[in-house]
Amino acid sequence: MRKALLALLYFLAAVVALAFLALPIVAIFVHVPPGRLIDQLSNPVVTDALIVSFKTTLIAQAFILLFGTPTAYVLASRRFPGRSLCVTLVELPLVLPPAVAGIGLLAAFGRFGLLGSSLSAAGITIPFTQTAVTIAVAFVASPLYIRQAIAAFETIDPNLVAASRTLGAGPARTFFRVILPLSRGGLAAGEALAFARGLGEFGATIMFAGSLQKVTQTLPLAIYAEFEVNFDVTLAISALLILISAALLISLKLASQWQPSTPTSHSRFGLLSWS
Amino acid sequence: MAALHADFALPLRSFELELALEVDRTVALVGPSGAGKTSVLRAIAGLVRPPRGRIALGDDVWLDTARRLFRKPDERRVGLVFQEYALFPHLTVRQNVAYAGRERADEYLERFRISHLADARPAALSGGERQRVAVARALARGPGVILLDEPLSALDAHTKGAVRAELQELLQELALPTILVTHDFEDAAALADLVGVIVDGHLRQFATPSELVDRPTDAFVASFTGANLLRGKARRLDDDMTVVQLETGELVYSTEWGEGDVGVVIYPWEVSIGRLQQHDSAMNLIQGEIRSVAALGNRVRVRIGPITAEVTASSADKLELARGGTAFASFKATGTRLVPLA
Repeated sequence: MRKALLALLYFLAAVVALAFLALPIVAIFVHVPPGRLIDQLSNPVVTDALIVSFKTTLIAQAFILLFGTPTAYVLASRRFPGRSLCVTLVELPLVLPPAVAGIGLLAAFGRFGLLGSSLSAAGITIPFTQTAVTIAVAFVASPLYIRQAIAAFETIDPNLVAASRTLGAGPARTFFRVILPLSRGGLAAGEALAFARGLGEFGATIMFAGSLQKVTQTLPLAIYAEFEVNFDVTLAISALLILISAALLISLKLASQWQPSTPTSHSRFGLLSWS
Repeated sequence: MAALHADFALPLRSFELELALEVDRTVALVGPSGAGKTSVLRAIAGLVRPPRGRIALGDDVWLDTARRLFRKPDERRVGLVFQEYALFPHLTVRQNVAYAGRERADEYLERFRISHLADARPAALSGGERQRVAVARALARGPGVILLDEPLSALDAHTKGAVRAELQELLQELALPTILVTHDFEDAAALADLVGVIVDGHLRQFATPSELVDRPTDAFVASFTGANLLRGKARRLDDDMTVVQLETGELVYSTEWGEGDVGVVIYPWEVSIGRLQQHDSAMNLIQGEIRSVAALGNRVRVRIGPITAEVTASSADKLELARGGTAFASFKATGTRLVPLA
């Protein structure tokens, strides 16, 4: 009897929690009929924001992959003094309040900022441009990718790297033929997370880049801007972002299953510490 | 054929590995785990950088710390077979073998009878097949030196015999300087011309397998070669006889010279077993309970008190040896070796 009661309580708690999490998402879709949602997507505010969002996110992702992958590899494969400090530094933006990130970026790149003053002397202005949006996205999203990439690189059997080297492959060939293929699942998962985070970025962007339609107004900023103007537009954008996020989440789950089979050897040969 | 010269020192966690080797045929390094055997292979392959020493294959110098010369692993003609083979799990058998030498991959697949597995992934292979792929991959590189790290330890007993015979044939045919690391003296004796016993980073003895058995330099080497090792106190009787009082009380005689604390070395195949006490003054005799009887092919290993004896299956049958019974182990004074205790 008590057992049945307990089971019922578990069941009720699960129902309440799931309903609570699903309710806002369902509400967005039922509030406005799908037809009107689709109509709103052709609203110039939405299309402009969509273009700004994807352009800045994609450019930011390219930089994240380009700089983040080697950074993660160095942090995963080398042991050097100050390594854990570097890892902490990489993770810091994850826990930083977005507003602080925005202020930090202004303090660095703003007209009177650390780098900003020399940049404006060279005729380059960053705040409140599309470049600023890209920088803000890269700043908040890259730690997610780098962290995941470090974890992916660390799981690779060092013997496989050593085997590649003794088979005549240099560090570059070893990286592209052994390390990258073996960590692709983890890298893709990290990339999906970073992409989702970048697309949803709001706080740092509004402080550092403002919310100028066609220039710096991304989808989340457009929701905020249209909130008191046209509620249907905000619902349409929200629905759109839910669909994109769901797609990213599903691809993330697929990516994490996309791991090569288990390694066939244990770690007795360490990674080269000097090559 | 160029010989491999390796003479270097490498600090490890709790001791310094220090050794000098001249290898022109198959050399086995045996020793307990953690003795530094694998580190020898790592240093020769260039996976670690010894702070001092010289490693060269003929005129091809790979390491010379005096000249600050260090060649990276990919610049050394080394065929290293890893302990658990380290096959690339994301590549097929053919891609694994072709990793170092694309043009010769099919030739090696053929030679190692793994052509039918060319498109399989390592995860789908048996232990013996993985071993063949690993050796084929290492050879496809066209190495001047072969390094084998415990090549048989990942195999079950059934596969091991066949793989060992194959490997023996292969090494003979290749006639390249080869270093084989193993913790099994039998494997070393079967595959290598010379065996180095390495303990705590130092070579204790470097000799042919039969020399190691005949004249072990110390108790460790003796027990490693599979001998019985008993402890006792030795006293000279006359010019050609030493008597040793064992820790367990018995007296045994040896034709070798010894004084004070010694190790008494007796090989299992030099011990014969009887159910009755024989009166033969040339024989050492130890009475004991039969603690175990284990068949190994047509031989039977019998443990009597502190001694392991190896007899033929037929004589074991004749003696009706069974656990719990009493038996006598006898061995000649000339076959009783005395070594210093380590």
